Amino acid sequence: MTFFLQNFFNGIMLGGLYALIAVGYSMVYGILRLINFAHGDVMMMGVYFAYYSAVVFSLNPILSFTVAVLGAAALGFLIDRVAYKPLRKAPRISALITAIGVSFFLENLAVVIFGAIPKSFLDVFKDKSILEKTITVADARIPLLTFLVIIVTFAMFSVLFFVVYKTKIGMAMRAIAADIPTTSLMGVNVDNVIGFTFALGSALAAAGGIMWAMRFPNVHPYMGFVPGLKAFIAAVFGGIGSISGAVLGGILLGMIEIFLAAYFPSVMGYRDAFAFIILITVLLVKPSGLLGKKAIEKV
Amino acid sequence: MTSPTLDLSRKPILILDQVTMQFGGLVAVDDFTAEIRQGELVGLIGPNGAGKTTVFNLITGIYHPTKGKIVFDGIDITPLKPHQITHLGIARTFQNIRLFSDMTVLENVLVAQHHKFTNPDADRILKINGKSAKRVANFWFWRSVLKVGYLKFEKEMVSKAKELIEKLGLSKFMHEKASALPYGDQRKLEIARALATDPKLLLLDEPAAGMNPKETEDLMRFVERIREEFDLTIFLIEHDMKVVMGICERIIVMDYGRIIAEGTPKEIQNNPKVIEAYLGREWEGV
Repeated sequence: MTFFLQNFFNGIMLGGLYALIAVGYSMVYGILRLINFAHGDVMMMGVYFAYYSAVVFSLNPILSFTVAVLGAAALGFLIDRVAYKPLRKAPRISALITAIGVSFFLENLAVVIFGAIPKSFLDVFKDKSILEKTITVADARIPLLTFLVIIVTFAMFSVLFFVVYKTKIGMAMRAIAADIPTTSLMGVNVDNVIGFTFALGSALAAAGGIMWAMRFPNVHPYMGFVPGLKAFIAAVFGGIGSISGAVLGGILLGMIEIFLAAYFPSVMGYRDAFAFIILITVLLVKPSGLLGKKAIEKV
Repeated sequence: MTSPTLDLSRKPILILDQVTMQFGGLVAVDDFTAEIRQGELVGLIGPNGAGKTTVFNLITGIYHPTKGKIVFDGIDITPLKPHQITHLGIARTFQNIRLFSDMTVLENVLVAQHHKFTNPDADRILKINGKSAKRVANFWFWRSVLKVGYLKFEKEMVSKAKELIEKLGLSKFMHEKASALPYGDQRKLEIARALATDPKLLLLDEPAAGMNPKETEDLMRFVERIREEFDLTIFLIEHDMKVVMGICERIIVMDYGRIIAEGTPKEIQNNPKVIEAYLGREWEGV
């Protein structure tokens, strides 16, 4: 039981982080039918923003978290304006290739600005004792940090669902996902709403990335690749285009990874391979994902 | 019925001036010149592929004409984007219903009200200067994102939307998904959604398509009713001659992208060019 709980919390945490990043993929796909390959790199930039605001500008943790999240949101908005907006009417493949280009650009930009030598995210904490603190739940010792990550993740999802389902801008996002030209004929400025979607997704990715870095403190320009890829798998698993699908897919993927590694330690080395096995299985069995709608193309 | 057919005292609300639309080598709309006057109900007819829907797409800014100018309410709207044109007061429906099918009836109408509370001054400012209107619209957009003093507006929006839905007799479907409505009511909802943008000019693209005679009859009464109630100018495309001849005051006939006739329903019915376009020409001497 203790062992189970320990892994359960780890699974929720890892899954929550995947989910936070996956939502950005799913929202952009839902609206533009574009896989934004630069998403993981926006996350990486967010982590650097947090690192520098805390270590170099010595802001307090909450403030540097806020700065990083807002910075990533601005970056996401900017990427859409500069790279994707001019291609709105171009064939979809052009935007896809551009996304890969933006990804390389951000990685190399980070090498130039921040340097290729990995930094330790633990430098952010002046008082390292917080990392050691644990809470005991039914004999299982859970790091305080894990709880913190879970709470922040769920708080962010509540905000996200409120924005998407209860506000005007969220309604515009859903309308655009259904039909862009019709929405613009309803008087909605489509480009602004798309820009906002990118900003929202990037902000969540940055938040996820910062918490990822607390757990895996190795900060380097290519750190966005693996979580980005896993989150993408999570988004496809849950049904790309659906926000609740991304959340569900992320949490399930995290759980599966942790539990497989915990109960079958001999296959631990293949942990990353499980994600891809899941991806391939989903694509074969239910290509639309767990919560995705079956797309019927008009002939 | 008061239908002063060619009452020249009414001022033109929409002017299409030598509008041409070319898609590659195909001229879909050719030198189209027409005027719609304030309060009129004008029909646009023609055989399939004549370019009728393209004309609507040009008016609403989905396409920009290759040549020519479109003026609405004294403003040159030729270069404007669809959402800006909607702000000025043109709304439309579609040939094949395009509702947001996963959203409720209420939400469908709310989306259409979006801009009204975003940018109350758009009309006025757009008239003066297109650029500054864009800036104001952006300002209001970000303000709405940041929710500065917005909850009150949002409540007002919902009650306005409900009021409109009730007026059009759709209130029993208020929280149903749009895709769950019967066909005729989906058409009505599409019109309700268009009305929610507060239009002066309403463009209806084949509103009676796919309807049975009873539904068509209802629709005709419905169009006449909203025209009175919302003080609208209506421009409609229709294939059902019963609708066109029954409610339109004036008819424009298109064929191969050009206007081939224009006049009252009576005049159109007897126009040889129109008969030829629809039925083909009889071979002389055969």
